[in-house]
Amino acid sequence: MATNTNDAVGMPQLDFSTFPNQIFWLVVTLVVIYLILSRVALPRIGSILAERSGTITADIDAAETYKRQASEAEAAYNKALEDARAQAHKIVEEMRADIQADLDVAIQKADAEIAARTAESERRIAEIRDSANEAVEEVARDTAREILALFGVKAEDKAIDDSVSTRVKGGAA
Amino acid sequence: METLALADMGRYIGVGLTAIGMGGAAIGVGNIAGNFLSGALRNPAAAPGQTAMLFIGIAFAEALGIFSFLVALLLMFAV
Amino acid sequence: MADANGSLAIRPMDQFVVRPLFGGETVGMFTITNVTLWMALTVLAVTAVMVLGARGRALVPTRGQSVAELAYGFIYKMIEDVTGRDGLRFFPYIMTIFMFVFFANILGLIPWAFTTTSHFAVTAVLALSVFISVTVLGFVLNGAAFLRLFWVDSAPLALRPILAVIEIISYFVRPVSHSIRLAGAMMAGHAVAKVFAGFAAALGVAFVVPVLAVTALYALELLVAVIQAYVFTILTCVYLKDALHPHH
Repeated sequence: MATNTNDAVGMPQLDFSTFPNQIFWLVVTLVVIYLILSRVALPRIGSILAERSGTITADIDAAETYKRQASEAEAAYNKALEDARAQAHKIVEEMRADIQADLDVAIQKADAEIAARTAESERRIAEIRDSANEAVEEVARDTAREILALFGVKAEDKAIDDSVSTRVKGGAA
Repeated sequence: METLALADMGRYIGVGLTAIGMGGAAIGVGNIAGNFLSGALRNPAAAPGQTAMLFIGIAFAEALGIFSFLVALLLMFAV
Repeated sequence: MADANGSLAIRPMDQFVVRPLFGGETVGMFTITNVTLWMALTVLAVTAVMVLGARGRALVPTRGQSVAELAYGFIYKMIEDVTGRDGLRFFPYIMTIFMFVFFANILGLIPWAFTTTSHFAVTAVLALSVFISVTVLGFVLNGAAFLRLFWVDSAPLALRPILAVIEIISYFVRPVSHSIRLAGAMMAGHAVAKVFAGFAAALGVAFVVPVLAVTALYALELLVAVIQAYVFTILTCVYLKDALHPHH
């Protein structure tokens, strides 16, 4: 076995004479790393991450707000469209009602006119019929008088008139 | 001198035998990794949450192999 | 190695020797040794990444700041997931442990470097400090109720005493496995790398094979260095969870 300190005798890990040295420097190292991490590094990185997540959250919130505004605007637009449509519908309905009313009035007027004319015509027809009946009666009376005269029957005019008009009325009836 | 050589021989045989222990640890680690993989393929969604368990399991299995390696080292260099 | 005068004199353990930097033969408690040097470099590396990296306080992080934020967020989330929100009080302590182990492991991979975490003295102090503080914290926060950690309520009554013995043994084995895992993993990789490097020196022209092996091993060691730091920290979180919430 060589006696050089660079050469291992057995396992260097089990060389207990170096343990105090290693443990001392390990403790120093751990304390230094702990101080560096807990005093400088970790708060700094933690604040960076918190800031970033804060920024991201704020951005997401802003995006959310914009999205909400956009959907609100869309809702307003839709509502306006709906209103306009309803308005148009109403106007159309009103117009239709107006026209319908006008039309009804006109039809009524026309009906009345027609009724009036019909009544007039019927009246005239009745007049004509009456005058025709009178004429028939007249003719019948005259004829009866003539016939009686021919047969030489003396009859009172009044009796002849009565009997003729009774017959004519009865025939007409 | 004879007895010393004989002792050395026994020691080297012992060191060789401890290497079998490391093979056992290798089988164990392989088992864990293989079972993890088959489980992960069945339910890939659950796999990422269980990688920590995978490494813990591997560490426990591997520790035993390292113990046998340590015995080999102790036989080789310390005894 | 036993055959110091043999032709194949690979001395894989030499890299772990603690020696004074400025002459002298004895290693006293306050002697400035290679331990001191590499621990100081660890402090510098931690400072460079965590303090100088975040110096700009930029809202949109620079590359260095991203690394610092990543490390911060990684450990923060680990504590939150494993220990729970009330474990965040201990964030600076756990961050200290993680940063030290991580950078000691990584710096130890530099050729000719001294790996401080490959020594049981260092890892045992780390693990014991975790063990003692967790135990003390458990009793301070929960009083005698902390002992319910060893009394498994979900098990049948007859089994509970046996389980309690097992739980107590496993509780006290924790610092041992916690420290030996880290030191052993570090030591193993470095020793194996050294052995392969020794083969390269001995094989002459065929040195390419062991060099390729060392290269592959180095990549593996880089992974191991990171994973061991992660594992050491997450186990600290797991133990801390027992102190904060001792019921299973």
